[in-house]
Amino acid sequence: MAEKFRYLDHTADAKFQAYGRTLEEAFSNAALATVSLMWDPTEVEQTLDHPVVVQGRDLEQLLVRFLGEIIYLFETRAFLVAAANELTVEKTDDGFRLRAIFRGDDRPARYAVFGEVKAVTYSEMRIDLGCPVTIQVVVDI
Amino acid sequence: MELQRKTDFIWEIPKQGEMKVPATIYASSRLLESVRNDLTLQQARNVACLPGIQRMSYVMPDAHQGYGFPIGGVAAFDMDEGIISPGGVGYDINCGVRLLRTDFAEQDIAARRKELLTEIFKEVPAGVGKGGITRLSRNVLRDILTRGAEWAVENGYGTRDDLLMTEEYGRMADGDPAYVSDRALERGIPQLGTLGAGNHFLEIQKVSHIFDKDLAGIFGISAVGQVMVMIHCGSRGLGHQVASDYIELMENKLGTKGLPDRELIHAPIRSPLGQQYYRSMCAAVNYAFANRQLIAHWVRDVFAKVMGSAKGMRQVYDVCHNVAKIEKHMIAGKTREVCIHRKGATRSFGPGRMEIPEAYRAKGQPVIIPGSMGTASYLLVGTAEAEELSFSSTAHGAGRVMSRHEALRRFRGEQIRDELQKKGIELKSTSWKGVAEEASAAYKDVDEVVRVSHEVGIGRLVARVVPVGVMKG
Repeated sequence: MAEKFRYLDHTADAKFQAYGRTLEEAFSNAALATVSLMWDPTEVEQTLDHPVVVQGRDLEQLLVRFLGEIIYLFETRAFLVAAANELTVEKTDDGFRLRAIFRGDDRPARYAVFGEVKAVTYSEMRIDLGCPVTIQVVVDI
Repeated sequence: MELQRKTDFIWEIPKQGEMKVPATIYASSRLLESVRNDLTLQQARNVACLPGIQRMSYVMPDAHQGYGFPIGGVAAFDMDEGIISPGGVGYDINCGVRLLRTDFAEQDIAARRKELLTEIFKEVPAGVGKGGITRLSRNVLRDILTRGAEWAVENGYGTRDDLLMTEEYGRMADGDPAYVSDRALERGIPQLGTLGAGNHFLEIQKVSHIFDKDLAGIFGISAVGQVMVMIHCGSRGLGHQVASDYIELMENKLGTKGLPDRELIHAPIRSPLGQQYYRSMCAAVNYAFANRQLIAHWVRDVFAKVMGSAKGMRQVYDVCHNVAKIEKHMIAGKTREVCIHRKGATRSFGPGRMEIPEAYRAKGQPVIIPGSMGTASYLLVGTAEAEELSFSSTAHGAGRVMSRHEALRRFRGEQIRDELQKKGIELKSTSWKGVAEEASAAYKDVDEVVRVSHEVGIGRLVARVVPVGVMKG
């Protein structure tokens, strides 16, 4: 199976690249790379669905808002994302809209939470629509 | 990048291209090496291009690459032509440090050290996803965002003396929750009174060296071996959300064209959006002051329980090191109001500034510089020269040199605990992975950082403290 994401060195925070055959797949894998800094998504039972809709004036802002949802759901709903499914990105009049379904669990005590992602940044962000689609993100941890 | 050596510790990037002012870096040649290896200098140069910047873009001795501004970046902007930038404050608004002194000597707590740390670990919620005090209502949270540590003291957490010994007296009056998003409030509700994770810590320390006996005495330190407590944390998810929200609002309103880095997005200070960010940032500052106030109170409770008394546990001071403020500074021979950004930098006002508590005013402001986990921390004093050298600012810590990823490859948390134990330092943490990431070898040498601060004159050495017990989130 093709590599989904990879962590790169960053002095103070965490940098990763996520890949996909499509933009949607790369966004889903960016979600996996983000949650893998906090818990092991393969261990989290997929007991609950959290639909998500975010808009962005460009793809970069869309990505920041999308990954920001993961932090928000964890901090305010104790919801641990295991996967981002059925992800679609569509063009709108003023940018882009993303829809996805986060699958995961809201019983954090069952899992080892070993890291904290505090914010998604634009620092060194790249969205390369080549083949494969490559997304690079630095998150504040 | 072209860098001119001015003295052993002062380096300058001359004005060039779009730069409106030069950039000055305070560093020894050793510290400069690590700064040259990342984007710090480029980021200092980008800051020098921002509208309304005054005199100089400054880089403190512990600087490293940040988002937009470097960590350790200081810049002041004209109130009419200048800007305010969330990237100039950082995501963890009012990340800061509080230092308490005690009447205990090292030997008084020697037998109870482990118990003290264990009890503190029970009382102070830390780590990822750990909740704080009983669920706050939104109205109470709004009150906290308006009144900061004052709210905490009025509700029985600590004393009015604590407020006197806090930067801004524990409250920025411009904090207005009306400009803080629902999402930020939601993130703030479960986290008040929590230490968090990452580089945040709580330490029981002992004084290991006194550089200035007179000043140390004024700050409450009388002897080597005296027990101290240091608390390092910030505004948690609430502050992060305020930063994210206003980066997005500014992008949507002002666009991102022409920015060398999207994290440098900014708004004119006096514009509605600039003012909304400022008031929202002040509200997050207040949250962080309340947060440290609660934690300090619980630490005193533990000392009272374990040691029989918390008498004498007075607050030396509490400093912010991620903040933007409106301050008066001397620029081209005139006193002017500017919007100063200190991102990973500590205010270091010299004698006479009215912002300093009366008890310290004749001497200068205490500056607290935390080291990395298990290493020394320092108490410094602000200087008169700092006004001209750095708009009264100095370093804020050790500053990372190694990625967390690399640290994880090289160290194991349990091994670090054992090594600290050999040095007589107890360690408690919610995560061994977190301990490995924060290994002191991943940081610059804090001794070197404060030496540069002292030699340059932007903050002078008063006392050195070392940990005897470390609690990490």
